[in-house]
Amino acid sequence: MPHLVARNLTKSFDGVRAVDQVSFAIPDGAFLALLGPSGCGKTTLLRMIAGLEDPDAGELLFDDVAVAGPRGTLPPEARRLGMVFQSYALWPHMTVRGNIEFGLKVQKLPAAERRRRIEEVLEVVGLSGHAARRPHELSGGQRQRVALARSLALRPGLILLDEPLANLDAHLRETMLAEFRRIHSMTGATFVFVTHDQEEAMAVATHVAVMNRGRLEQVGTPEDLYRRPQTESVARFIGRGRTLPVEVMASQDGLCTIALAGGVLKVAGLAPPGPGWLCFHASDLSRAPQRGPFAGEVVNQLFQNGVYATELAPLGVDVETVSLALPERLAPGTRIEVGLSGGWVIARAPSAAPALTGAAARSSA
Amino acid sequence: MAADTAPSRPEPSRPTPPRLRRAGRSGGGEQALLLLVLAYVAFTTLWPLAKLFAAALQPGEDGSPLGLMAEVLASRATARALWGTLATSGLSVVLSTVLGVGLAFAVGLIRLRGRTALVFLILTPLLIPSQTMALAWIELAGANSPILGALGLAPPPGTANPLYSVSGIALVMGVEHMPLVFLATRAALRAVPADLVEAARVIGVPGPRIAVGIVLPLVAPSILAGALLAFTAAIGNFGVPALLGIPGRVSVLTTLIYQRLNGFGPSAAGQVAVLALIMAALVGLALALRGLALRRLAAPLPAGRPLEPTRSSPVGEIVLWLVVAMIAVVPLAALVMTALLPAVGVRFGAETASLAQFAAVIANAAVRRAFANSLLLALACAGIAVAVSVPFAYLVARRPGRLVRALDLVVEAPWVIPGTVVALGMILAFLPPLPVLGVSLYGTLAILLVAYLARFLPLVLRPVTAAAQTADPSLEEAARIVGAGLPRRLAFIFLPGVLPAAVAGALLVVMTALNELTLSALLWSSGHETIGVMVFALQYEGNSTAAAAVAVLSTALLFGLCALANAGARWLPDRILPWRQ
Ligand SMILES: Nc1ncnc2c1ncn2[C@@H]1O[C@H](COP(=O)(O)OP(=O)(O)OP(=O)(O)O)[C@@H](O)[C@H]1O
Ligand SMILES: [Mg+2]
Repeated sequence: MPHLVARNLTKSFDGVRAVDQVSFAIPDGAFLALLGPSGCGKTTLLRMIAGLEDPDAGELLFDDVAVAGPRGTLPPEARRLGMVFQSYALWPHMTVRGNIEFGLKVQKLPAAERRRRIEEVLEVVGLSGHAARRPHELSGGQRQRVALARSLALRPGLILLDEPLANLDAHLRETMLAEFRRIHSMTGATFVFVTHDQEEAMAVATHVAVMNRGRLEQVGTPEDLYRRPQTESVARFIGRGRTLPVEVMASQDGLCTIALAGGVLKVAGLAPPGPGWLCFHASDLSRAPQRGPFAGEVVNQLFQNGVYATELAPLGVDVETVSLALPERLAPGTRIEVGLSGGWVIARAPSAAPALTGAAARSSA
Repeated sequence: MAADTAPSRPEPSRPTPPRLRRAGRSGGGEQALLLLVLAYVAFTTLWPLAKLFAAALQPGEDGSPLGLMAEVLASRATARALWGTLATSGLSVVLSTVLGVGLAFAVGLIRLRGRTALVFLILTPLLIPSQTMALAWIELAGANSPILGALGLAPPPGTANPLYSVSGIALVMGVEHMPLVFLATRAALRAVPADLVEAARVIGVPGPRIAVGIVLPLVAPSILAGALLAFTAAIGNFGVPALLGIPGRVSVLTTLIYQRLNGFGPSAAGQVAVLALIMAALVGLALALRGLALRRLAAPLPAGRPLEPTRSSPVGEIVLWLVVAMIAVVPLAALVMTALLPAVGVRFGAETASLAQFAAVIANAAVRRAFANSLLLALACAGIAVAVSVPFAYLVARRPGRLVRALDLVVEAPWVIPGTVVALGMILAFLPPLPVLGVSLYGTLAILLVAYLARFLPLVLRPVTAAAQTADPSLEEAARIVGAGLPRRLAFIFLPGVLPAAVAGALLVVMTALNELTLSALLWSSGHETIGVMVFALQYEGNSTAAAAVAVLSTALLFGLCALANAGARWLPDRILPWRQ
């Protein structure tokens, strides 16, 4: 049974759609990473789930009960979820204990139970000795943990996290990320985690949702998004993917026959015949010993992590460059054959056609 | 929820069926808050101001529309009082500006010892109530002056006090309002980046040229703004013209209203309402000009290290202390010496000085009652103002609708318009019995409390709103997430955040209300005197030594409060106590 369902959620600010017709269904116990460029509406979507913003249209259901929709909205006080704010929002006038206890008092838990829960969550986040400290006496990472402990204490079924790692240094981010995963599997609660950082998202999430300009582009497992993107922007966004315009000639049993740079090859994909995008990552390309799907000229090389990260200008394809890793240094202008392993084909909207004519004009010139 | 995923699975606890509220509406709690604030503002401010307008705009005796206004405007007494107000205010502003700018430049540019003490002394004229200031200067300048007398400079016995004149009123008001210009100039000086001055110094411009040629033009708009503020204060001043102008037969608008109401009773209300509107219009004009000066003339300055005084000037330092002594210490000394005299007319000396006056006034039941009333009023006003400001500031900072913003603006009015105008509105609104209760507030302490509440609310609301607006709104959102409703959030999350600002505002209210005279002079009744009224009445009866004793006692009380605030300064927000910046 899906735990968290959105149907056509929409929210505008001053006529601009911050969240535009977003629909998804997240199973119980999922760890959903909400990913997308700055200003794409992640925080707004999260705040609608929390009840801090009312949607203009659409519906939101927790366990099949509508909490926001045409019949009204359930205020955040009554949603019984947990939330970790980007600023942590720790109450500065209360101790760590006070911060955790406040919600427990609001829910009228008896004193003994409160004490038990406080000890338990402080144990979970590894701050047992710090209950009497004030937030300003803690480090950034510790504040982060207190904010998490505070939202865990009420044992919510759904925990929302808005860029909880944004203010931490790289090392601490990694530690906290592992911590989140551990706590997620321990509590079994559903996590919705907003982040800018897709490596972070890919590493911890069971599900990733990519947003762009208020719209939800795709929701799926990290592998899905990486190997089988549904839109061009997801394909380019995830793992610094590249796309090449191709012509899909036939499509059958999850394999597309495409025309690329004068040759024909078969690549996995569900695109119908017509214009298409070939989506791949740098790791899918390699130097081919004999004739590959396309060839290119070396533009530039950088020695990185033990290999030569190479910029290649493909011949007969309308893109500036593609990158791939090569084991050896080659002089600029060297022509090499490129092999493709993997890749994924999606349909291309006909509106992208002008670029193709431009390319045709250039290649014929 | 699937309970099989983990052993410590949270138990499902959804509210069933959920109570949904209509989309797009804020919670019922906030509506209730808004209604409460609206009712409060309507009762203390909107209703009295509306009555005042209605009274001023009523038809004349012959029934012509706005006839009353035409009659009052045409009368000779009005013209005389208007001229008096403009002359005394205009002259006083010149003095305030010269003194305030000079002192601010000296304090800002010369390296000084005991700066905090000096700034405190410069600000004392603002802390000390007008009637006490006026009394102190009367004692200093009169034929019986204990200080001028000792120096052989006192006017000959039998001659009128030279301060009972237009220039006398202007002198005392000028000194009293000087801190307004001083504070504005000082704040502007602190915004001037040091490198602008250093750039001039590097190319060899001498110090005085830098002050006049570079710094002065940069701070001129702020000086103008401060001077206009001093002008509005002078127009609304009642204590100084009441003590100096009434015996000196100098008529100004505030005292004319007072005398009319005293002489003719509430039947004169319509006429004096017109006078009050004239004053309000003058003040409105000055404030509009002030806004213009701040917005149009002020050049945006780059941020930078503020100007620190670098050069020491022993001569400048001595002159500075002398000036400050003359305006802040000497008049108060004259007041204290007068209070130490057993009776009016006795010369001050070691053998005549005694505490007899203090004993006499403390033994006086009316004086004791006045202290009790003023303390009660000040504390009640501060407490209620805090209780109103907290939810009010919450609405302003978190749910700023059109109505909330309008209310936020309206409550400012009773503070910026002259107190006499406010008092008149109170009389017009609360002399008739209250609609449902059938009792009149007039003649009780309650009308004083309502008037104080209307006038002093901004002193608490401003800092509390400022604190609320800088606070992180997610603190309250986090409380909502854990299930806390509005009352709980207000009490446990919002209030602790704004409490320091509220305390500071409350302190300011207590200090200001304790010695209030302008409102009290029109609203007091027998048994409900205040300290200010007591000082005024004793001086009016000719018992100036007793008046001085009461004034000294009330000033001591005030300084005691300042000392208390100073001691607690580290618990207060920064920049709340004006002398500790
Ligand atoms: N309270 C608001 N009033 C007006 N506009 C808003 C408000 N909140 C968000 N927006 C607008 O809605 C859009 C989406 O904002 P949102 O904060 O959801 O983005 P985001 O994806 O969280 O961005 P970031 O990654 O930078 O946090 C932005 O264009 C933003 O300017
Ligand atoms: Mg955001």
